[in-house]
Amino acid sequence: MAEVHFTANLQRHVPCPQMQADGGTVREVLDSVFAENELLRGYVLDEQGALRKHMGIIVDGVVLRDRERLSDPAGPDSRIYVMQALSGG
Amino acid sequence: MTQELLVSTRKGFFTLARNGQWQIRNADFLGDNVTLAMHDPRNGYRYAALDHGHFGVKLHRKKPGGAWEEIATPAYPPKPDDVVDTDGWGKVLPWTVMRVWALEPGGPDQEGLLWCGTIPGALFRSNDHGESWQWVKSLWDHPSRKRWMGGGADFPGIHSICVDPRDSNTVRLGVSCGGVWRTRDCGENWELTANGMRAEFLPPEQQGDPEIQDAHMLVQSPSSPDRMWVQHHNGIFRCDDAQTWTEILDVPPSSFGFAVAVHPREPDTAWFVPGIKDEKRYPVDGALVVTRTRDAGRSFDVLTNGLPQQHAYDVVYRHALDIDDSGDRLAFGSTTGGLWLTEDQGDHWREISHTLPPVHAVRFT
Repeated sequence: MAEVHFTANLQRHVPCPQMQADGGTVREVLDSVFAENELLRGYVLDEQGALRKHMGIIVDGVVLRDRERLSDPAGPDSRIYVMQALSGG
Repeated sequence: MTQELLVSTRKGFFTLARNGQWQIRNADFLGDNVTLAMHDPRNGYRYAALDHGHFGVKLHRKKPGGAWEEIATPAYPPKPDDVVDTDGWGKVLPWTVMRVWALEPGGPDQEGLLWCGTIPGALFRSNDHGESWQWVKSLWDHPSRKRWMGGGADFPGIHSICVDPRDSNTVRLGVSCGGVWRTRDCGENWELTANGMRAEFLPPEQQGDPEIQDAHMLVQSPSSPDRMWVQHHNGIFRCDDAQTWTEILDVPPSSFGFAVAVHPREPDTAWFVPGIKDEKRYPVDGALVVTRTRDAGRSFDVLTNGLPQQHAYDVVYRHALDIDDSGDRLAFGSTTGGLWLTEDQGDHWREISHTLPPVHAVRFT
């Protein structure tokens, strides 16, 4: 199963420990995560299912390319990091 | 119940109460951007809208005696792939809620009903105290909605919601930039009621176009509901017949601003917080003043007692001025973290704080 990590800044708002989840794409992996943690979905994705504007995802060291559909492939050994682009004051 | 003042700021939500003097009793959501709050007089529930930036817009609710809990956030439905939605400038409108810009309870006979206006300019309603939200498709599908334009914000938005005290199914909206709208059947049908408004910054032939008027804030007189006031980008407008508007000209020191409040029992009495129009947006000559009319706009008092008169660069946003049911007590907060309160309709102001984070909104309970 893929290993999914979430930015520590997100932990302040909604519990999101490191998780193991199945899926052939980033979308499928995250859907597995959100199935167990529905509140988390709205913090990472907007209501159209796209990655929020100031969020980023790194899959096995590569920045997610398909921010709309999250169709980038993932495998059972993938490491997925859900990050934020720190900005603001 | 003790009266409180709810102050929403860039770095948290502050609840003030009077204990001899008005002072901060609680600080919640410290560090978070709380953009708007609402007190529901029907049941004492409180609502706070947060904008987490990276993580999006959220709504929280607190029942009397309880703790804050996250509830559902208004959300657009899935956008069909073949739909390209644009605003009046031709910019593509994202179907995602970027800001909760208006939050109001329904009428006293509509237990559980809440209205929420957002940027981009959609209206949502909840029938269950915010447990779930429905997109008001009838307004979104209105042909005129596509002509709405962004003003100061990137996209158009609904910032004012007024439920008519005579009939809870009659609701009015203020839209920037999209005029003033009315439904008389609780959101099934909508009509534009912005005739008489004027937008000087538009080409001459479009200045009177009601569909694209930049109403900054709309308030309705509780005692005489056909009387409404709008602080508009172009100045101050008054309505006497529930649908047409008259511009109030020559208001000292400026008629530009965002906020407006109307007296609960005297429809001719209203307050404004002016600034230099419109690309500068700070108090004229650096002197923070409140203007008050008691004769429906024929004359204005410029209220300064207790307000900084030198090098004050406070801007007061549209939701950052409020009046309570007494009609004597008003409060306002500024972008530089000032908070002032009067107990005598503005003749004397007292500074509650000048060290708050930038203030988005104040509301009396």
